[in-house]
Amino acid sequence: MTGQLFLQQLANGISLGSLYALLAIGYTMVYGILRLINFAHGDIFMMAAYFMIFSIITFKLPWFVAIIIVITATVALGVLVEKTAYKPLRNAPRMSIMISAIGASFLLENLATYLFTGVPRGFPDIKVLTTTVKIGGLSLTIATLITPFVTLILLYAVLFITNKTKIGMAMRAVSKDFETAKLMGININKVISSTFIIGSSLAAIGAILWGSRYPSIMPLTGVMPGLKCFIAAVLGGIGNTAGAVLGGFILGMAEIMLITFLPAFTGYRDAMAFVILIVVLLVKPTGLLGEKVTDKV
Amino acid sequence: MMNKINNKKTSLYLNILLIVIFAAVITLLDTNVIGDAYVRRILNLSAIYAIVSVSMNLVNGFTGLFSLGQAGFMAIGAYSVAIFTVPLAERAKIFYITPQNPVLAQIELPFVAALLLGGFLAALVAIMIGVPVLRLKSDYLAIATLGFSEIIRIVFTNIKSITNGALGIKNIPTMPTMWVFFGIAIISIGFMRLLITSSYGRAFKAIREDEVAAEAMGINLFKHKVMSFSIGAFFAGIGGGLLATLFATVDPNQFYFPVTYNFLLIIVLGGMGSISGTIIASFVVTAGLEILRFFDEPLTLFGISIPLFRPGLRMVIFSILLMLLVLFFRNGLLGQKELSWKLIIDLLSGKLPRKKTGEGGGVQ
Amino acid sequence: MKRVLSLLLSLLMVLTLFTACSPAASNGEPEAEEEPGPAEDADVIKIGVFEPLTGMNGGGGLQELGGIEYANKVYPEVLGKKIQLVVVDNKSDKGEATTAVTRLIEKDKVVAIIGSYGSAVSIAAGDIIKNAQIPAMGASCTNPMVTQGNEFYFRACFLDPFQGKVMATYAIEQGAKTAAVIMQNGDDYSVGLANFFIDAFKNLTGDENSIVDVSEFQLNESDFNAILTNIKAKNPDVIFAPSAATTAPLIIKQARDLGIDALIMGGDTWENPAIIDVAGEDAEGIVLSTFFDENDPATEEAQKFVEGYKKELAGKEPIIPAVAALGYDAYILLRDAIERAGSTDGVAIRDALRETKDFEGVTGIINFTEEGDADKNLAVIKTVKDGQFVFVDSVEVK
Repeated sequence: MTGQLFLQQLANGISLGSLYALLAIGYTMVYGILRLINFAHGDIFMMAAYFMIFSIITFKLPWFVAIIIVITATVALGVLVEKTAYKPLRNAPRMSIMISAIGASFLLENLATYLFTGVPRGFPDIKVLTTTVKIGGLSLTIATLITPFVTLILLYAVLFITNKTKIGMAMRAVSKDFETAKLMGININKVISSTFIIGSSLAAIGAILWGSRYPSIMPLTGVMPGLKCFIAAVLGGIGNTAGAVLGGFILGMAEIMLITFLPAFTGYRDAMAFVILIVVLLVKPTGLLGEKVTDKV
Repeated sequence: MMNKINNKKTSLYLNILLIVIFAAVITLLDTNVIGDAYVRRILNLSAIYAIVSVSMNLVNGFTGLFSLGQAGFMAIGAYSVAIFTVPLAERAKIFYITPQNPVLAQIELPFVAALLLGGFLAALVAIMIGVPVLRLKSDYLAIATLGFSEIIRIVFTNIKSITNGALGIKNIPTMPTMWVFFGIAIISIGFMRLLITSSYGRAFKAIREDEVAAEAMGINLFKHKVMSFSIGAFFAGIGGGLLATLFATVDPNQFYFPVTYNFLLIIVLGGMGSISGTIIASFVVTAGLEILRFFDEPLTLFGISIPLFRPGLRMVIFSILLMLLVLFFRNGLLGQKELSWKLIIDLLSGKLPRKKTGEGGGVQ
Repeated sequence: MKRVLSLLLSLLMVLTLFTACSPAASNGEPEAEEEPGPAEDADVIKIGVFEPLTGMNGGGGLQELGGIEYANKVYPEVLGKKIQLVVVDNKSDKGEATTAVTRLIEKDKVVAIIGSYGSAVSIAAGDIIKNAQIPAMGASCTNPMVTQGNEFYFRACFLDPFQGKVMATYAIEQGAKTAAVIMQNGDDYSVGLANFFIDAFKNLTGDENSIVDVSEFQLNESDFNAILTNIKAKNPDVIFAPSAATTAPLIIKQARDLGIDALIMGGDTWENPAIIDVAGEDAEGIVLSTFFDENDPATEEAQKFVEGYKKELAGKEPIIPAVAALGYDAYILLRDAIERAGSTDGVAIRDALRETKDFEGVTGIINFTEEGDADKNLAVIKTVKDGQFVFVDSVEVK
């Protein structure tokens, strides 16, 4: 193994990991508050990529305008999913809410297949993101290069919101104890909506960066990243934002390193995420940075 | 109030009549007097779906464990039938890129043996998975079982000398009669029904309602969970094996995890915790998906083609139905009740039964 | 006991519902014969088309369907009756494919079947077609297993071992000494073609170590950076990556982004505008083999087809996809056989197909081998230049 090969793979891993991290934040926040795996999150991410395709290719908007429109549309979709699929079931058994989440995800996938057909669509070529730069012997696109920084900046922003603002305090209160927070007069619905707004806008940014790196979008584009990012969130400690980012980086890196050092096991790449999940659940169910939660009777 | 004895007698007569009609219809279909291979195929598929759905309901609806691993267990059963029943002479042609494992290449089993082997292997894997995983709660359990189902599929894709990898196995001998599918369905569902009415079944339901209380009553949580989980897996394996012989071909992608969602829809529609509801739902959903096919075809009304109808609409409608069901009819067709003559007579005479139990089998 | 029986009731309810729906029961008369005899069709002859219209191969399936439908427009009749196409979507899924074909045969009573794009679904449906004795004509399914041991399955295209050899020959002609291969585990087409290429390349170079890397990826994979970085380290002269049009542009683009400048080659599925659309400038210089070139019509039929279909497409696609030409050929081959058989009996059509001699198709003169494959020894090599597929060479291999 040459040093350069290793460095290139390291860059691949960091970049993939930071994309996972962006999505994982959305999972971890929703889970922290609703105790619900938002199965539709990966599909909201997929829809965001389609929004980008339409605003740039069909409506010919400049990319910086398109990004704003895409984030807005994705947030609207995320909140819509929450209001229609999750809100009516607030007091229903846990299993019903999960089935509803699976149903929402399934519906978005089928709707995308119907509206956009199964034929992959090319993601618009945003020159600012797709230009290749050579650093030393490494060859990287700008998107690859900036993704880790974008992720860290957004992580900081999310931490700022949850720790320093009023709505953030409400979020933390709700995630600690749903019922008590409600009794204390916190507007639960507003808190939940804000969570979905933050999660969905991160998914939108993730989708734009993802599309620039992997520019072929299909209705099922969000399925595997979605599952893996949930796993990343569990790995980092569900409910913990920084943990989600850490989990994303570890997962991305682990996948790339599997292929680098054990090329014969390339076929097991997707299985590895699940193996990590199960090991974490068995050894340290609270994840790397999660707090200990006791079962309430 | 009706005379109880009289009621029982009527039920008995109706039941006997029913069995006779059922057997007659299957025999007529089987001997090609009515229907055609297309109808037979869908009915066979429905019977298989009924087995797998009831097995999933046993775990999810009756024991309250949210497991999404059904597709993986089906894969084990399907591959057992595929690997062991394909005639030896055809093996080399199928494994044309990676030769089959020399030991396996010598073994050919009769269908029933391969089917049972598949079921037992599925149960064995379920025990191995269940011992560590069943400690988890609700959605953690769901995602862990889903993960295991995916791991099984990925392993099957990669162990090429045994499974032929992603190329799959074809030329699996098919079954000449519908009784194979319906017979095994009746036996399997009958067994699960007996299990649920036994003391074990009552323990399952106690765990579903309240784990802590169940444990306080002296129920061994772990033992019963593993038992329910592995028996569910056994029958999912049987269902998978039947699917292999119905399709005559298997490949790992048939067991991609969203397949499990079909069974989830069936048990939600039928009622979490209702066997008869699940059976009805299996037939309605399988047939419904075929009937809805016309949504995928271009439709022309009065010379104007309606652009709404094109490939994909069917699945959109299917998923909207699932959503509506979860949102507004959470108890499904029967909730936790079972279909009986009394229920039908009550329904027909307009005496709608009051809802007694609140929610259909949920985990809190 | 009561409840066990109530289960049976539920089964029965649906059963009756079903038999009521089935055509035979609703007519009130039991069907005399299972086989679709000529007596059954009134004034139309139905030909089934099973293609992936959604799913992984949705794009290619639609292109192929375009050619078949155009052929139906040009030659709408056979034996004095109208030909009706019955199209079903197999969703690029093997399970779905078997149900779809059963439906065509049993419910729609088609006399013959055309399809499908993607070998995997064709292989899965093969047994049903064989048992029902309905002749089928594959258009672009190139895996040998499709027609192997199935006397009712024919096809209008060449085979993967041939295609693999063509690409290996071309690579070596370009001076390549080493090659890396990427294939999709899960796709008969990709795995088959990749393996045939490997065999041919090793054979032609006489060097067992000339294949420096073989990598596999899974369905719905989109990140190939790690695989490609490994390949880059081994510095092959060519990369052969037969794959669906969904994944190919990702491989091409990521390879170029990583600074890999080896020749990148694929199979017939790559002749798809989606690849240029998605990979953009990075698609320049890729090489692929295909069945047909619109600028070099091999026969009079081809000339006619190119002119007519160009108008039909009306600029919707920049070039005529080769699979559309094959779809067209599949249709006219079948129609010709039905005409010669003088009946719609499956066995008669099969026999007529076998006797096909020097049939003038769009993709060349067609004869069938013993296995029912079109006996072709010519493939067209194309590359991408200035955002267009252009003809490079035609390669003949024995």
